[in-house]
Amino acid sequence: MSSDLTRLTAAELAEKIHAREITSVEVTQAHLGRIEQVDGTVHAFLHVDTDGALEAARRVDEALAAGEPPASPLAGVPLALKDVFTTSDMPTTCGSKMLAGWIPPYDATVTRRLREAGIVILGKTNMDEFAMGSSTENSAYGPTRNPWDLDRIPGGSGGGSSASLAAFEAPLAIGTDTGGSIRQPGAVTGTVGVKPTYGGVSRYGLVAFSSSLDQGGPCARTVLDAALLHEVIGGHDPLDSTSIDAPVPPVVAAAREGASGDLTGVRVGVVREFSGEGYQPGVLAAFQRAVEQLGRLGAEVVEVSCPHFDYALPAYYLIAPSECSSNLARFDGMRYGLRSRENGHSAEEVMSLTREAGFGPEVKRRIMLGTYALSAGYYDAYYGQAQKVRTLIVRDFEAAFDRVDVLVAPTTPTTAFRIGERVDDPMAMYLADLCTIPANLAGNAALSVPCGLSEDDGLPVGLQVMAPAMEDHRMYRVAAAYQAARDDAEGGPLIHRVPDLEVTAR
Amino acid sequence: MPNISRDEVAHLARLARLAVTEDELDVFAGQLDQILQAVAKVGEVAAEDIPPTSHAVPLTNVFRDDQVRPGLTRDQALAGAPAAEEGRFRVPRILGEEQ
Repeated sequence: MSSDLTRLTAAELAEKIHAREITSVEVTQAHLGRIEQVDGTVHAFLHVDTDGALEAARRVDEALAAGEPPASPLAGVPLALKDVFTTSDMPTTCGSKMLAGWIPPYDATVTRRLREAGIVILGKTNMDEFAMGSSTENSAYGPTRNPWDLDRIPGGSGGGSSASLAAFEAPLAIGTDTGGSIRQPGAVTGTVGVKPTYGGVSRYGLVAFSSSLDQGGPCARTVLDAALLHEVIGGHDPLDSTSIDAPVPPVVAAAREGASGDLTGVRVGVVREFSGEGYQPGVLAAFQRAVEQLGRLGAEVVEVSCPHFDYALPAYYLIAPSECSSNLARFDGMRYGLRSRENGHSAEEVMSLTREAGFGPEVKRRIMLGTYALSAGYYDAYYGQAQKVRTLIVRDFEAAFDRVDVLVAPTTPTTAFRIGERVDDPMAMYLADLCTIPANLAGNAALSVPCGLSEDDGLPVGLQVMAPAMEDHRMYRVAAAYQAARDDAEGGPLIHRVPDLEVTAR
Repeated sequence: MPNISRDEVAHLARLARLAVTEDELDVFAGQLDQILQAVAKVGEVAAEDIPPTSHAVPLTNVFRDDQVRPGLTRDQALAGAPAAEEGRFRVPRILGEEQ
């Protein structure tokens, strides 16, 4: 019984909990039990809050027993929260030694909304340090393993969140996407990852990496579950000055509409630039089959050129490090977090020693790169020019969305690579974000939905669907239609083909 | 010719308050050089007349009424401090010997 509960979708679990067929406590126990059994191997979680989760579940059950309506459509369903959102009752480490054991004095808005919706937070998930990376290998607490192949990466930076879904440790998770950190982990684990429109989900309490790009969003195993979670966490927040003051796009209705399987009249643009050299043949073949499937569902498919997308990666690796070098200046060893031993050193020396001890190599690289790009004499050639490229990418999107409703591309050029394969080669690691970065630079919505296994290695491939800002519902409709059609044609959800994990005590 | 020298990386580390080791300097100098070479590609785009974009959504100042609202208590603010004394953050000496 309890192992079956972990295989259900969030929507199915919510329905059963709200109908009082099962309790939230039973569902939560099933997932905690699964974590106990497999997380010693997967290492998706940095912290598991057994008592807090059971207490939250009990409150949902009591409210339902008292005849109250569910606090939200997902009340009682467990979730794994990326360790970059502050939680007043759990450590928030951002995968860094700098914040080891830090318990923040406040909840992020996303955390608060989850709690108010009756969603049960199981714990905090592993991530690349301060969300900088594409493999979760940059975590100071050791890598997370991909449930599809334990020798491979689960993507990053949100590899803990994606792996928790693929390992059936949680039906829902939260990620953040600065250059692809929700979508790329989704693609390589056969799960769904959504980067909402920038400003669609509050950044209050999201520990900042690159403020003009960071965006929290939902992760799930189905498009509908992601949409349900999107509506819980989305919406205006006065505590985030970049939060959009407008209603959340109707993503749940769009996901339900899409599941009916008709895309007649929807114009889909295939991005010409995201193909060719550097792309794994099995990824391109799976993507091609997905595009053909969209055509069979009635969509009108055309090729679209976005010529400046080739410059998105270099622009991103100037803008994001620049913002990071500024944001991470707050880790000075004075008010919270790590402080190295004073030994008579001055505050400034203690600061330098603390940052040396507390940050890992990728964070140091990016801080120095950003410091360089912002220095007098180099600013115009690097940061200034990158900001102009950003404008050109916005214009490419605008021109494309004049012609089509959504754009599609592979989510990432390859399937999951092996742990250790790219750690000593930063540029090779950065290429994992090649196709996801444009949507961060322009701020529009984008998601990744599983589109089968690559025929060359049998690992999951992601179909990326991009929509204009605040038109998030368009991509949900297309992705839901595609997922339903693919599952029908292939005899069930892709995620059910993930190999069984060996069950061991933690 | 490299884009960035080992000495320049050492200077950047000082600016960024990172007490990096000699070994790290060797590694970072090579890696940063390689990364800078790749990102310099942004210079290929003719963008003289193009305005810069600093933010994905057009930003204007956001105001609110000047009303008192709950904030952190002193104990909450100090809860994560590496060192505190008499309700304040305790920090290492600010001035160096020579100052």
